Amino acid sequence: MDYFTLFILILDSTLRVSVPLVLASLAGLFSERSGVVDIGLEGKMLAAAFASAAAAYVTGSVWIGLLAGVGVSMALAMVHGFACVTHNGNQIVSGVAINILASGLTVILGIAWFSRGGQTPPLPPSARFQSLEFPGAAALADVPVIGGIYSELLSGHNILVYAAFLAVPLVWWILYRTRFGLRLRAVGENPEAVDTAGISVAKMRYMALACGGVLTGVAGAYLATAQSAGFIREMTAGKGFIALAALIFGKWRPVPAMLSALLFGFLDAVAIRLQGVSLPLIGEIPVQFIQALPYVLTVVLLAGFIGKAVAPKAIGVPYVKER
Amino acid sequence: MTGQNIPGGSTAGDAPCAAQPAQGHDFAIELRDINKHFGPVHANKDVCLRVRKGSVHGIIGENGAGKSTLMSILYGYYQASSGTIFINGRETKIRDPQAAIAAGIGMVFQHFKLVDTFTVLENIVLGAEGGFLLAEGVRAARAALQRLEREYELQVDIDAVVGDLSVGLLQRVEILKALYRGADILVLDEPTGVLTPQEADHLFRILAALKAQGKTIVFITHKLREIMAITDYVSVMRHGEMVAHRVTAETSPEELAELMVGRKVLLRVDKTPAHPAATVLETDNLAMTDANGVQRLKGVSFSVRAGEIVGIAGVAGNGQSELLEVLAGMQPPSGGRFVFNGHAYDAAHPADARGIRAQGLGHVPEDRNRLGLVSSFSAAEAAILGRQDDPLFNGLILMDERRIRENCLHLMEKYDVRPVDPALPAANFSGGNQQKIVLAREIERDPDLLLVGQPTRGVDIGAIEFIHRRIIEMRDAGKAVLLVSVELDEIMSLSDRILVMFDGIIVGEVDPAEADEKLLGLMMAGVDPRRDGPSREGAQA
Repeated sequence: MDYFTLFILILDSTLRVSVPLVLASLAGLFSERSGVVDIGLEGKMLAAAFASAAAAYVTGSVWIGLLAGVGVSMALAMVHGFACVTHNGNQIVSGVAINILASGLTVILGIAWFSRGGQTPPLPPSARFQSLEFPGAAALADVPVIGGIYSELLSGHNILVYAAFLAVPLVWWILYRTRFGLRLRAVGENPEAVDTAGISVAKMRYMALACGGVLTGVAGAYLATAQSAGFIREMTAGKGFIALAALIFGKWRPVPAMLSALLFGFLDAVAIRLQGVSLPLIGEIPVQFIQALPYVLTVVLLAGFIGKAVAPKAIGVPYVKER
Repeated sequence: MTGQNIPGGSTAGDAPCAAQPAQGHDFAIELRDINKHFGPVHANKDVCLRVRKGSVHGIIGENGAGKSTLMSILYGYYQASSGTIFINGRETKIRDPQAAIAAGIGMVFQHFKLVDTFTVLENIVLGAEGGFLLAEGVRAARAALQRLEREYELQVDIDAVVGDLSVGLLQRVEILKALYRGADILVLDEPTGVLTPQEADHLFRILAALKAQGKTIVFITHKLREIMAITDYVSVMRHGEMVAHRVTAETSPEELAELMVGRKVLLRVDKTPAHPAATVLETDNLAMTDANGVQRLKGVSFSVRAGEIVGIAGVAGNGQSELLEVLAGMQPPSGGRFVFNGHAYDAAHPADARGIRAQGLGHVPEDRNRLGLVSSFSAAEAAILGRQDDPLFNGLILMDERRIRENCLHLMEKYDVRPVDPALPAANFSGGNQQKIVLAREIERDPDLLLVGQPTRGVDIGAIEFIHRRIIEMRDAGKAVLLVSVELDEIMSLSDRILVMFDGIIVGEVDPAEADEKLLGLMMAGVDPRRDGPSREGAQA
C-alpha cells in the first residue's frame, strides 16, 4: 500500500471518528457560551446512543432511532437546565449526576429489555445509517489522487457525517450573524447586560441547552446506529470529555473547535492504524500505549499549547440578581 | 419651602400620596405607595414620587436608603412587593425591563451592564436587534447612533471593543443604549462616582442637552453638590422612606444633608493647623511593576511627617492603590526605596506586611471587603485580624475568646459600631460600620503612620463625619497619616498637604488653602496649569 493511499485511509477514518467529537463540541459550545458548564455531554451522548439503538431495533427505522436519541438527550439537557438554571444548582454536580445516571441506566435498561449484558441486539442494515455514494464515485475511483480524495475520502459516508460538518458553518452563522447568537454570546459573558436589556436569561440558557441536546442526541445516534451496529455499554468511552477538551482547545469558537475535534480524531485514527505496525528504530508499539496516545495528547495540549483559554466570563455561575 | 406646585409635594408625615391631587401637571413618572421587601429587610416603605415631564429630578439619600432599589423597581429589574406605577399619567405594570423599555424608560446603572468582549455597537443593539438577522439591525443602528452622538455630544467610537474603553466612555455607551431604545425618561444611578470633575461636567452638559430635547431625567446621587448644580427638583430618601420633596432653587445643601441623615450634620471638617514634626515616611523614586509587566509606579518621591495628613488625589487607577500596597508590604517595589521609622526598604529588601506593621504601620485598605475584612468572620474576629498572635488574645493553646469579645465590645463602643454584636458576621454590618471596625482595629494599635485608602467609600454621611474626626484626632495626637481618596471634597477638607497622582507619578503638590476642584481636576488629568503646559516630566525631572 503506497503512502498516499494510507494517508487517505487515515484521513477517511479521521472523519468517521471525529463526527461525535465535532457534534458534541458544538453542543458544548451552545451550552457553555450561554454560561452553563456542560460536563454532562458524555452522559447525554451515551443515553442517546442507547435510546437510538433500542428504538431503531424495536421499530426497524433508523429515523425513529435518531428521534429517540435526540429526545432522550434533550430531556437530560432539560434536567440539567432545571437544576442549574431554574434552581441555580451547581453545574458540575448536575453534569456529573447526568453522566452517572446515563452510565447506570443504559446498562440496567439494556439488560432488562434485551437480556444481552447491556448491549442491544445487532441492528439490521435497515435500522442503520447507510453510506451515501457520490455520483460517479465508482467511475473515478481509479483516477490517481482525485479518485482517492473524491471516491474514498469525500464519498461513501453516511448522512450524519455530512450533517456534522455542515453543522459547523451553520453554528458559526447562528453565533455571529443572528440575533439569537448575539444574545447567546452576551448571556455567557454578562447575564446582567442581557437581563437589563429586557431579555430573559433563563430562557436564553434553556434554548442553548436545547440546541446542545439536539446535537448530542445526533452524536449518540451516530455512535450506535451509524458507526456501530448497536449499543455497547460505555460505548462513548470518554468522547464527551474529549469533545469538551476540543471545545476549550478551540477557545469556544466553532471552527477551531471542529479543527481540534479533527485533531483528536486524527490521533485516534492513527492509533488504530498503528496497532501491530512495526516502526523503524522503535519496533512494535504496545497497543495500550497507542490507545492512550489521544488522551495523553489531550492533557499535554491542554496544559501547554493553547495558551490562555479565555472562557465565557459568566460560565459556571448561576444567575442571581445582584442586590 | 412653598409647598406649591412641587412634584410629589408631600413632606414627611403628610397623608399618603394617593390623597394628593396632581395639580394639573404632567408627570412623566408617578410612583404610589411602593413597598419592597428583601427577606426581612424593608428596602422601600410606602414610597411616593412624582417626576414632572421634562425636568431633572434628583433623588438623594445615604447608601442603603433605598434609592437604587426604587429605581430598579421602576425599571422592572426588581418587582415591587406592592404599589402602583403611572407613566405619563397611565397606570403601567412593569414586570420586567422589557416592559420598562416599552414604556420609554432607560436606565444607566451604577455598575455598567455591558458585555466587555462586544463592540459598542453590539452592546447597543443587544435586545433591540430589529430582526432575526443582525446585519440589517446593525446597519440601522449605525445611522441612528451617528445622529444621537451628534445631537447630544455623546461621541464614542462605535466599533471599539467595550473592554478597552474608559469608564467615562462606557457611561456614554450606556446612555446611547437607552436613547437608542427610544427612552424618554432616563434614570442615572450615581453616574459621577467614577468620573473626573471634567468628565462629570461633560455629563452634565449631555444631561442639559437631553433636557432641552424634552427628556425627563432622574438623577440618583449622594453628592449634595451635584443635586444643587443640575437638578430642578429633589426628593430625599432615608431608611427606605421618602422623607421630603423640594424645589432645588429653594433649598440648601445644609437642609438636604439634615433631611438625609435625620439630624444636623457638619459638612465642613473643623480642624486646627497642623504641627508637623519629624519625618516618619520618606519615599525616594519608588517604582513598581505589576504581574502583567505594566509599570504602575514610575518614580514617586515624597515624605510624610508626624502630625500631618498628606492626601493623595487622583482618578482611580493611576498608581495610588499600588503605592499603598508597596508601603504596606503587600507588593515589593521594582525600584527606588522608602524609609519608614528609620528602616529602609527597596526592591532587594521589600517590606513584609507583618514586619512593617510591627514597626508601627497601620493600614486601612481601599477595598475593605477584599483586604480589610474576612466577610464571613464575626466582628470580634475581624477586629483582631493581624493581631491573632498577640499574647493578649491567646491562652496557652487556644485563643482567649473572652478577651477577643471584650476587645471588640470596647472598640464597638468607642467607634459607635452598630449593632453592638461581636458575634455578627462582618458581612452583615453596613458599609459604614464595617469601615469603623477596620478603622478601630488599625487606629487602636496606635501606629506611627496610618495608611488610609478610600476611608469613606460606600459609607453614609453620619459615619463619614465620624471617620473624618477620628483621622484628624489621630493627626492631632502626633501621628502621620497618608490618605488616598478619589473624593476631592475629602482630600481637600482633611489634608494638610495634597499630592496629585497621574499615571504612576506625582504631578505636583498643592496647598489645601489654594486648592480648588478645577485645579485638582486638571492635575488629575496630568496637567499642572501652574506650570506652562503638561507637566508629565516636571514633577520628577
